[in-house]
Amino acid sequence: MKTRDFAVHASQALSSTHRRQFCRQVVYGGLAFYGLPAFARANKPPLGQVVVVGAGFAGLTAAKYIRQWSRGNVGVTVIEPNMQFISCPQSNLVLGGSKTMDALSFSYQLAQTQHGLKWVHDQVVAISPTRKQVQLARGTLHYDKLILAPGVDFNYRPLVGMTQPVAHITHAWKAGAQTLQLRQQLTAMADGGVFVITIPKAPYRCPPGPYERACQVAHYFKQHKPRSKVIVLDANPDIVSKKGLFMQSFRGLYADIIDYRPNSEIVEIDPNTHTVKTDFETVHADLLNVIPPQLAGKIAQQAQLNNVDQRWCEVDFLTYASTIAPDIHIIGDSISAGLPKSAHMATSQAKICAAAMVDLLAGQAPNPLPVFANTCYSFVDDQQAMHVANVYRFDATKKTMIGAEGGGVSTQASLLEGQYAQAWANNIWADTLT
Amino acid sequence: MQHPLNCIIVSLLAMGLSPLGFTEPVQANSVTSLAASCYACHGPDGNSMGGTASLAGLNASYFAERMQGFKDGSMPATVMHQHAKGLTQTEILALADYFATLPRKTPKPLPYQSFKGQP
Repeated sequence: MKTRDFAVHASQALSSTHRRQFCRQVVYGGLAFYGLPAFARANKPPLGQVVVVGAGFAGLTAAKYIRQWSRGNVGVTVIEPNMQFISCPQSNLVLGGSKTMDALSFSYQLAQTQHGLKWVHDQVVAISPTRKQVQLARGTLHYDKLILAPGVDFNYRPLVGMTQPVAHITHAWKAGAQTLQLRQQLTAMADGGVFVITIPKAPYRCPPGPYERACQVAHYFKQHKPRSKVIVLDANPDIVSKKGLFMQSFRGLYADIIDYRPNSEIVEIDPNTHTVKTDFETVHADLLNVIPPQLAGKIAQQAQLNNVDQRWCEVDFLTYASTIAPDIHIIGDSISAGLPKSAHMATSQAKICAAAMVDLLAGQAPNPLPVFANTCYSFVDDQQAMHVANVYRFDATKKTMIGAEGGGVSTQASLLEGQYAQAWANNIWADTLT
Repeated sequence: MQHPLNCIIVSLLAMGLSPLGFTEPVQANSVTSLAASCYACHGPDGNSMGGTASLAGLNASYFAERMQGFKDGSMPATVMHQHAKGLTQTEILALADYFATLPRKTPKPLPYQSFKGQP
């Protein structure tokens, strides 16, 4: 390939370390300096064509940064079935009543035009790794490299009595129509009613999310339905994330409202009577919110890339390539990792994947020691929030990302961190969508 | 103004050497992607939408001093100490020099749109 020949030729006199760095500079920043090469004017992107499936936090970030870091020398086509970007972060605040869905809904247009992304409003139905093609509902697309960022899918099969989704029982675990539906159910519920939320065993999307939701519903009840209760049936033996902080809220601010019950895995559900049976008890709800067990998004399952417990996808943490399909990279909530399935994590993975993909397409070795950060805020009411934050670095022996020194959680939820949480949201939206 | 020590360290890094005498693989793209990980809170290319510091165009010495303060606890922080403690001194200095090269820009407004009801 022309870029590669040029880069290698020009750096012959350099040591191998220098050559590697020099090649990177050519790919990342040097093309403009050397003048626009002839291939940049051709229709075919000189370093190859990447197809990204899914334009959530992970997929859209990968698409943007591949374009940016390849200086437009890698073509990117994004396939996304939804018309808008809806933010899952802060969607619990819609339930609490302090945010509207409009405040979490965004157009894809700016990202498309700003980064020269080809956009296909469609759904992938199959992948052919041997032909390097994705099959869409309408037509097929060729790729040199494929990125899957399909998020999570729900598995209702273990829920005895509700092995299929039921229209009046929401998950509201993908922000959208179900978020609004649950909000409407909350406002329609009589004062004195019991709201029951069920939490699946970890791992699932957004580890602190269910506990934040319990706080948000309690925040709404405290203002408008003070005789109502929140019962949290957690399949886990303990609060999965920010435990001490959520306990402060459960025992303090919402001591009269939230009733937290660990080790409460669903044994059976009756969706008609809103009754949940656990090993210990049978709980009746006036309003039931079931967060089902989760696994890698549908297309990852269809391509049989969910090779860990038939749920999550195993990847190489230097490139995010599937361990069983080298030209298919997987990022975000679908992967198997000891990493929280958060929006910041999804974008951090997407950036390592994007950098590696540009390197691979330019014939270079990817960064051998990726390091990235994760910051996640949870709101306990309309204004106070708290964080968990960590740096993660690649461990070459364990071949995975490991939490670095430092890292941890807030001492308590505060108004100041509520402002930071909003700043985080505005900035990660801007980083992803502009 | 760039701290002279930073210049020396960056030159050493460019030669594949760390100031402590061993090879540390902080390369052009590792700094780029590490820096990009900060944008979730600090805005696209280090240009904040508000509420957090813009990192683009910050003086390298100032950035390094602040981060060192967060790392050793001499600078009070709500969240930055968690991140600073996880980064090596070499990474902090590489980030300082990288952010110093980025232009300060006004970020584009967010493309809000009325919710259209998707599932």
